Amino acid sequence: MQIARVIGHVVSTRKDENLVAIKLLLVQPLTPDRQPAGRPLVAVDAVGAGVGEEVFFVRGKEASFPFYPQEAPVDAGIVGIIDHWDIG
Amino acid sequence: MLLAKIVGTVVATRKDPRLVSNKLLVARPVDPRGKSEGSYLVAVDTVDAGVGETVLIVSGSSARMASGMKDCPVDAAIVGIIDTIDVSD
Repeated sequence: MQIARVIGHVVSTRKDENLVAIKLLLVQPLTPDRQPAGRPLVAVDAVGAGVGEEVFFVRGKEASFPFYPQEAPVDAGIVGIIDHWDIG
Repeated sequence: MLLAKIVGTVVATRKDPRLVSNKLLVARPVDPRGKSEGSYLVAVDTVDAGVGETVLIVSGSSARMASGMKDCPVDAAIVGIIDTIDVSD
């Protein structure tokens, strides 16, 4: 899983039927010193995250597991909102 | 998932039988502000997208979860047409 900050929303009306009612968020992966790392991507939200929050997300088919048995065609999904994190 | 802009179409007569009657499009990833970046890719279209539209692309094995793509040899599928993107910095 990777740590990222939620930086925006994506709205799509015409989409796969298994994406209906699933929230799409833009996330920016972060380095340990909270700087942007790489390109932003679109992730689905399984935990009610919002813009500005730090989250962790899972990549790959596992991103659809929170929506089981709905087979959502997604490859990145937010699975936790971070309260705080420290690098020792 | 990736945001990408559709820039072209692909026609292939000789292909895997499980790809018959699927539309293939050429897409180029864009950043949230619409600027193109990175290399082009071929994605199968499941939502009737067209050239010039910004779309949502799912890649890897998850592409096979797109509508009608079960057991098809694909690793990128267009699963949504983007209406708006809001970025707050």
